Amino acid sequence: MYAPLIEETLIAAIKVVILLFGVVLPGASACVYFERKISAWIQQRIGPNRVGPLGLLQPIADVVKLLLKEDIVPAAADKKFHFLAPLISITIAVAVFAVIPFGNYVLIGNTYTYLSIAPHLNVSVLYVLALTSIGVYGITLAGWSSNNKYSLLGGLRSASQMISYELSMGLSLIGVLMIGGSLNLNELVIAQSGLKWNVFYQPLGFLIFMIASYAETNRSPFDLPEAEPELVGGYHTEYSGMKFGIFFLAEYANMIAASAMMVTFFFGGWQVPFLPEILGLHDGDLLLGLLQLGAFTAKVAVFLFIFIWVRWSLPRFRYDQLMNLGWKVLLPLALLNIAVTGTVMFFLK
Amino acid sequence: MNVTENIESQRLSFWEKIYLPEIVKGMALTLKQMFEPKMTRQYPEERFEPTGSYRGRPVLVLDESGERCVACGLCSRVCPAIAIEVQAAETEREKERFPVKFEINMLRCILCGFCEEVCPEEAIVMSKDYEMVFENREDGILGKDKLLVPIAQLQDRLEYLRSHQYYEH
Ligand code: SF4
Ligand code: SF4
Repeated sequence: MYAPLIEETLIAAIKVVILLFGVVLPGASACVYFERKISAWIQQRIGPNRVGPLGLLQPIADVVKLLLKEDIVPAAADKKFHFLAPLISITIAVAVFAVIPFGNYVLIGNTYTYLSIAPHLNVSVLYVLALTSIGVYGITLAGWSSNNKYSLLGGLRSASQMISYELSMGLSLIGVLMIGGSLNLNELVIAQSGLKWNVFYQPLGFLIFMIASYAETNRSPFDLPEAEPELVGGYHTEYSGMKFGIFFLAEYANMIAASAMMVTFFFGGWQVPFLPEILGLHDGDLLLGLLQLGAFTAKVAVFLFIFIWVRWSLPRFRYDQLMNLGWKVLLPLALLNIAVTGTVMFFLK
Repeated sequence: MNVTENIESQRLSFWEKIYLPEIVKGMALTLKQMFEPKMTRQYPEERFEPTGSYRGRPVLVLDESGERCVACGLCSRVCPAIAIEVQAAETEREKERFPVKFEINMLRCILCGFCEEVCPEEAIVMSKDYEMVFENREDGILGKDKLLVPIAQLQDRLEYLRSHQYYEH
């Protein structure tokens, strides 16, 4: 049933290119644009409207500005790691996209083309969790190599915050894994067919996962690593020009990945409710594939909107509150969630 | 050590302590805010028209008989930013003193309006001009040619000053 190895590699390579230039970059620029627009609307302003129609070319102008800026490396910085840190951040952020199922498969001729780069990776959930843990290295290294006390504090905060929330994040997923019975993201999505979305069975799990995701992506209200009032700019204080731009890009890529994970785990991923039955579509139809892609994009867009909306609504947590919430509230709740899910599943079967 | 007890846990009610209802309230507020009318003024197209109370760039008053300034130097003396330079000279006319040189360095001026307040001749007033853009430092120093403004253009400010003054001239 599978295509020969060379062909498969080629298809995967094409998918990677499409993913980078068709998903990550446009997605991040759309996020930047809407971040600015939504923040403006919330503050009763208009937001960018001068560059291009409706200000749509603003992200391009931003990137051009960042590219043309002087790249300053502090004299006392550790040059190698100062250079490496943003690269680690962006690599990790983009690598997560490899396992995100944007849709099921499309049958072209008689080859199965999955709308995902690594659809058969049987431990893709672990892969995602592992990568998000590695992501902290980029930020911590950035903070350490800058040789600036504010950067270092930002990096330290980021490390402790990520380690604390990693736990609850992983535990909150166990309920989903028990229901789905697989560690493969695509199979988890297939298990949620027919509006059996996990959010209805695991509302608590979803809440914990969402809060932990916000902390993992360093987004407000958990943006302590870059808390401007106390830490100047946190870990990216000493970064300028495109290196700063890459951190920026990584933040938005992480945001997209986190939204995609929330959708995949709890909101049925690419599942389109009702429509395929009404239109009489079968697995493998091109139209169904496109519909799934559209549904997935729409769901992710909703979560991205919530990310931005939350950022411009809530004040930042204090450090002790952050740690309290992570260890004393989310962790016990996540454990409780596993116990309850297990008990209910035991008695229902 | 002077450590005060953290009474947050006593201060908040149960619903406040679990954050979520309060978060939802806050988010509802910002969502509503998104659909409110916008306050932004599209500046170069929509201009701001100040009233007489506005303190823009200080200018010298030019009335029917010429410039009012008698080069007493009070404005220069009072200016907290040391932005004004006056050099006096004399003529044969009845009002014999006048400034041969009057310069305001707009890179220094903080638009405080002290010069206007102290002037015995009502010769220097704040205008409505708020567009002070210079391409180099020399252009920022305004001489008499740029400072003298016909009195007709300054009526709003003069009226405002007269209706708000604390003593009779
Ligand atoms: S502007 Fe007024 S205060 Fe200044 S030198 Fe002239 S008369 Fe005196
Ligand atoms: S407005 Fe104030 S700072 Fe400006 S010239 Fe007058 S006294 Fe000086």
